[in-house]
Amino acid sequence: MPDTGTYVYAIIRDADAPDPAGLTGVADTPVRTVADAGLVAYVSTVPLDRFGEEPLRRSLEDLDWVGETARAHHRVVEAVAGTAPTAPVRLVTVYSGDEQVRELLRDRREDFTALLSQVAGRSEWGVKAYARRETAPPPGEESAGTAGAAGSDSPGIAYLKRRRASLRGREDAWRVAAGQAEHVHTALAAVSVASRRHRAQDPSLSGREEAMVLNGAYLVDDDRGGEFAAVVDSLRGQGADIELTGPWAPYSFTALDLGTADAGGVR
Amino acid sequence: MTHEGPRGAALAAEGRLPPERVALVDLLDRLLAGGVTVNGDVVLSIADIDLVQISLRLLIMSVRESGPAGRETRHGREIWHGPP
Repeated sequence: MPDTGTYVYAIIRDADAPDPAGLTGVADTPVRTVADAGLVAYVSTVPLDRFGEEPLRRSLEDLDWVGETARAHHRVVEAVAGTAPTAPVRLVTVYSGDEQVRELLRDRREDFTALLSQVAGRSEWGVKAYARRETAPPPGEESAGTAGAAGSDSPGIAYLKRRRASLRGREDAWRVAAGQAEHVHTALAAVSVASRRHRAQDPSLSGREEAMVLNGAYLVDDDRGGEFAAVVDSLRGQGADIELTGPWAPYSFTALDLGTADAGGVR
Repeated sequence: MTHEGPRGAALAAEGRLPPERVALVDLLDRLLAGGVTVNGDVVLSIADIDLVQISLRLLIMSVRESGPAGRETRHGREIWHGPP
């Protein structure tokens, strides 16, 4: 078994391919290209004692390693995506050699070509929405049972009612937050060609105390970018707590499963 | 080494957002969403969400220094609407 593998970052059309000279990839390896079937893959040669299955198993438990590798991968993808329609490949996709990459380009040519034309002239935007901590219960719903007689209750009854209202208020808050998320997502999806919802980030990762209720990715036509931004602004105007990230290479919309399509795929 | 390939450097400079400024967690959402794969002759696939989840759990544990986050995590799973 050879002691190096071919790490793949991204795939683009041959005609668009910029020169990778000067680009550095994961583990400080130089980036080069492998071409076949009218497509070009940006790759580097990586040592399998670090990028083989077993070493990766260990490395993926190491936050520093994951962070460094993700940033190096991203740097290459960004550099390429800045110049041409790009299909980024997932983190840590390693082939046993260049010939396997050529085979991939030949076998999946139609998929890649279709994908690349879908993302051409479009960018991915990330939108994260947070629940408001002081979310008020929806008007009307709350007033039905309790509000009317509030003034005439004994302290004990009033306490129980408040307690019940507070519990219900918390549930309502979540329901309202989920509703807001749906509203934001629907509004943004309407000005996007594609959308996808990632898992909401844990507060310890998002760095925010408020619960994230939406972690969306939207593929937007570049000439509708202004329209998308206007929708974000108007949602904020309606009180939504939104963070916008991007433009991103179309990571969330180019996830071809390279594993399963291979004849020898083991999953 | 000569410096005849300025296009590469120019290319590297064209990255729209400086990679250091992208939040790691936003990046991992995108880079790990479908799992991590290793392909080869006899396609190895460590893939899988499980492994990534373990990593992210560790990541969460190492990032988190205070405060419980279980409920929000559960909530996060509940609203997961991504493709299977």
